[in-house]
Amino acid sequence: MNSNVRRKIASAFLIFGFFVLWELLCLAFHVSDVVLPRPSQVIYTLIVRFPAMWPHIFQTVYTTLLGFVLGVSIGVVIGVFIGWSKLAYDVAYPMLVGFSSIPKVAVVPIFVLYFGAGTVPAVLTALVMCIFPVVVNVATGLATTEPELEDVMKTLRASRFDILWNVGLPRAMPYFFASLKVAVTLSFVGSVIAETVASNRGIGNLMMIASASFDVPLVYAGLFVLAGLGIALYAIFSLVEARVTGWAHRKTEFAMG
Amino acid sequence: MSTVVKFANPSPADTGSDPEQPQISHADSFVELEDVTVTYGRGKNVVRALDTTTLRVKAGDFVALVGPSGCGKSTILKLVGHLIGASSGYVYVAGREVGAEPVRIGMAFQNPTLLPWLKIRDNVMLPLKIVPPFRGEYRTKRKTEFRDRCDALLKQVGLDGFGDKYPWQLSGGMLQRASLCRALIHDPQLLLLDEPFGALDQFTREELWAIMQELWMTRKPTVLLVTHDLREAGYLANRICVMRARPGQIIDDSQIEFPRPRTMAMTYEPEFVALNQRLRELIVEARGAPAASAIPEATP
Repeated sequence: MNSNVRRKIASAFLIFGFFVLWELLCLAFHVSDVVLPRPSQVIYTLIVRFPAMWPHIFQTVYTTLLGFVLGVSIGVVIGVFIGWSKLAYDVAYPMLVGFSSIPKVAVVPIFVLYFGAGTVPAVLTALVMCIFPVVVNVATGLATTEPELEDVMKTLRASRFDILWNVGLPRAMPYFFASLKVAVTLSFVGSVIAETVASNRGIGNLMMIASASFDVPLVYAGLFVLAGLGIALYAIFSLVEARVTGWAHRKTEFAMG
Repeated sequence: MSTVVKFANPSPADTGSDPEQPQISHADSFVELEDVTVTYGRGKNVVRALDTTTLRVKAGDFVALVGPSGCGKSTILKLVGHLIGASSGYVYVAGREVGAEPVRIGMAFQNPTLLPWLKIRDNVMLPLKIVPPFRGEYRTKRKTEFRDRCDALLKQVGLDGFGDKYPWQLSGGMLQRASLCRALIHDPQLLLLDEPFGALDQFTREELWAIMQELWMTRKPTVLLVTHDLREAGYLANRICVMRARPGQIIDDSQIEFPRPRTMAMTYEPEFVALNQRLRELIVEARGAPAASAIPEATP
């Protein structure tokens, strides 16, 4: 516990120290804010121009979450299907690996071709980015059911659905929630990529425009917002994971609650 | 439940018993294996796990299967639990071909296999959620009748008050008790135990033997117990079948007549020790038997 607190304090110091060092180095070497703005300038820009940035932030969060929700839903369905049936797993796996190894930036032009620039390609890119980790984790979770437990269920004449519902799905939950953390970060990346390539809204687009007009503090302000949003999304899903699947992390913090 | 005598003639003559009428069987046996063989693999890699075995177990009997590893003890349990099929021969349970009619079966393994996300009580009640007569009533009765039933059973095995704990909060011996409760909660006609006490320390094991004996004496299910421990077999079983490996076969079948309830002290009496020694010699012989017996060793 004590060492835990010390570790947290050390991490906080590292983060804080990083920004202080950045600030001091920029001041010491008189770096122009067109090259590298100081953190204080970035935060100032962020505050002053927040009203103008807000619609872009909203757009990015909106496309990310929409793509994430759709992607996770599709991912769960596919994951349950291929985790449930050995045949489906063997048949579908090579194709899934193939799809997942396509760099996702490469699909943005295709989405733009069909749906035009704007919200739809961003949502779709976020969606395709987050499907794969969910599929793999859910399928793995289902496939790791202990054979003895399955024997117990079979001697009780449980149907395959009974086994899936009472054993398979709960067992897959920790894997599923672990994948959500990864998936939400990936769909965020997907939607920002799509915005930088083809959109007139969103933080990605804002940063492209700002960099075109050498408004470097604004570019960095966009980056800070992205970092903050990424951390927030990751943190939210970590919390959900810890709460829902505490049994899988037994004996550490949840013991003897 | 167990059938009334329809046609009791356990002569080897009717081994082929009409596939058309599998329900006609030897009704005084609850479990019956008739010239059953089980082979795994095919072609050159074929492994004969069980070789023409015939075994009849009366309803309410307690039979222990002992023998060296790989002799097909667990294969017999799997056959009876309808987890695998026989390569040839017939398996009857409750007078019907196995799987033809729902028989309530409880099963416990060396590994307690409780579900980590459920409390002990919900783990124990899992069969009630699945098995037909209880299944339909589970939603309405799980907070009342079923819960009381579960708590009574937990109390009987010495887990009073542990219903609300999670599996990781319990020791290995306690988990195994809970696992026995799960195997018994739906009042099974048949109990299949695959080395359930194998992973426990000596004292916990002996405690659980006493509990097991009590559970069996109060409920009288038909029990098939697979074990490596000869004292365990002698203490618990009415009948001990010794098996040998490659090919798996029953080579000795003895009735154990010690009066019930048996005590731990009994296991150190001369007759008991003599029994143990005889069984031990049989197994040593079965293990040491040169591979010249019947089938040539089939290695990949």
